[in-house]
Amino acid sequence: MTSVLDPQPTTAPEAADPMTPVPYRLERLRQDTRDTFTLELEPVAGPPLAYRAGQFTMLDAFGVGEVPISISGDPTRPGPLEHTIRDVGVVTHALVTAEEGAVLGVRGPFGTTWDVADGEGGDVVLVAGGIGLAPLRPALLELIGHRDRYGRVVLLYGARTPEDILFGDELRTWAVDHGVTVEVTVDNGQHAWRGKVGLVTHLVPRAGFDARNTLALVCGPEVMMRYAASALVDRGVPAGRVRLSMERSMKCGVGLCGHCQLRELFVCVDGPVLTYDRLAPLLTCREL
Amino acid sequence: MDRRAQIIDVQGLQDLVEALLARGYTVVGPTVRDGAVVLGPISGVDDLPRGVHDRQDAALYRLETRDDDALFGYAAPVQGAKPVFFPADELLWRAHRSPDGFDVEDPDGERPGPVALIGARACDLTAVDIHDEVLMRRRYVDDHYARRRAGTFVVAVACGEPGGTCFCASVGTGPCPRTGYDLLLTELLEAEHHFLVEVGTSRGADVLADVPTTVATPSDVTAAGDVVARATERMGRTLETEGLRDLLYASAESPRWDDVASRCLACTSCTLVCPTCFCTSVGDVTDLTGDVAERHRVWDSCFSEQFSYIHGGALRSETRSRYRQWMTHKLGSWQDQFGMLGCVGCGRCITWCPAAIDITAEAAALRAAAPPPGPPAAPPVPVPTGVRP
Repeated sequence: MTSVLDPQPTTAPEAADPMTPVPYRLERLRQDTRDTFTLELEPVAGPPLAYRAGQFTMLDAFGVGEVPISISGDPTRPGPLEHTIRDVGVVTHALVTAEEGAVLGVRGPFGTTWDVADGEGGDVVLVAGGIGLAPLRPALLELIGHRDRYGRVVLLYGARTPEDILFGDELRTWAVDHGVTVEVTVDNGQHAWRGKVGLVTHLVPRAGFDARNTLALVCGPEVMMRYAASALVDRGVPAGRVRLSMERSMKCGVGLCGHCQLRELFVCVDGPVLTYDRLAPLLTCREL
Repeated sequence: MDRRAQIIDVQGLQDLVEALLARGYTVVGPTVRDGAVVLGPISGVDDLPRGVHDRQDAALYRLETRDDDALFGYAAPVQGAKPVFFPADELLWRAHRSPDGFDVEDPDGERPGPVALIGARACDLTAVDIHDEVLMRRRYVDDHYARRRAGTFVVAVACGEPGGTCFCASVGTGPCPRTGYDLLLTELLEAEHHFLVEVGTSRGADVLADVPTTVATPSDVTAAGDVVARATERMGRTLETEGLRDLLYASAESPRWDDVASRCLACTSCTLVCPTCFCTSVGDVTDLTGDVAERHRVWDSCFSEQFSYIHGGALRSETRSRYRQWMTHKLGSWQDQFGMLGCVGCGRCITWCPAAIDITAEAAALRAAAPPPGPPAAPPVPVPTGVRP
């Protein structure tokens, strides 16, 4: 014990109080599916937010509360700060029903990143489940921004129904214009759906990529990520090259509130992007 | 700076408190309220618990009368210093709607002056050090905590009366603080009622200069050593710390968690009295117009179901998982996160558990049930288990 008497923060505090939201104006609200919306935000004052693919912010609806939401925009070019949000709770409902021109609060960006560039010179596989495609979109945009640096880029995407498919137009653009192999499957395909039906994890064994030279990025419900990661490892992708974006309850985003702990990990600062070799023993223990 | 031990009497302690008040400190010390020793603002010796002893055991706390006038004749107070620096409800910010959305007001004006802790025990000083590590020495600093902690003056008191649930000796934090104090008192009751004072800092020496003292005799120093030695021998509990982290990690699927869950009420008492528990939640409140919003940070507990809630449900829906999380964090993962145990051996979680659950007994039970140490286990094979929300 050395510092009880003269406690000094050993690291310089971040420039601004990380617990205080910064005002951002909602410039555009786009409805993606029946329950999912993309918010385009611009800072009321000051420069746009610098962030990297995979990071999240704490988004605040005035007087209602805040929630951690991954950034879904393009980190490689200037533009509005984008978040794609499913309307599932009190705060997300307040966010997606805000009027254009309204001011929301933003804290962040926080957390670890996909580090897409680690995949240069090899294949990159992205496995998305449901809204999990949104946090992967910045990674995909970064990949196609430097498409020539990567081998095969494969997106395996599972949605609940055809109506729940996110970014439908972009999926076609990525496939047609940028040489991304896009495979979409739905849990429940009725009506005119002529595509695949079934779990996205079942697409992994037959997808075209060189497992030994692949970086895999996975985001979706935890059970889906666990099976997807397991299938990727079975294909021969090293567990340390499989990255998952974890979701946990978060009240601060900066490692102080304790909610997001997964044994020794603070998912908000040690994650959300974590490698499967580190996560595997933690994900197989129920309710850890 | 004169580092020789000094002697002050009870009036000297009064003078010491007054010297601190005169320097602008908010003096916080033990006092009796509602049948318990708690920390609160004090202005002198009369506010201290006089002739009081606390009988503590699992789910038991009673104040009893001593046959002397000891001012520190009890174990640690019901709460450590946690609420002094880390209030159960802290206003983080207040914001007003404006043409540009909202303006955030920094709630700074209400800052109290620096705090002087009187009678701080070794366990609680270690807990403050742990909170400093968690809240001030990492990438993100809790500015509210840092400001409350600035300039804290510590008058520690070596513990002479460990309680029935204490085990600071076995986790190496007490009963006498080795560092982290400006002044260290040891209460001596044998011949006459006085205190051996050891100076820890030049700031402590400055304050002590305002108080009439005499130089301690060798027998005073010996008597003070005896107080600590006797206390060390009278710890009510012990905790074997060897290999605790690995024990907890290896015991994640132990049936013992079901056993403890059958007794645990998930009432959160243990986390509220724990001087190192730091988990918080936030809540927003607005005024009636909706134009003024406040964000409050409040203590939270990993024992509440809502603690782990994400869309779809609570990740730790069972009490078993929540007790495992708490104990694994205190004794295991805390070491990975902060390089230290998250337990200071104060025993409060045992005393204040209405179901008399004893963390030292639970740790011993896990140890007894653990397979004997062998070659390192192979890395777990990722076999999916059951569906989670």
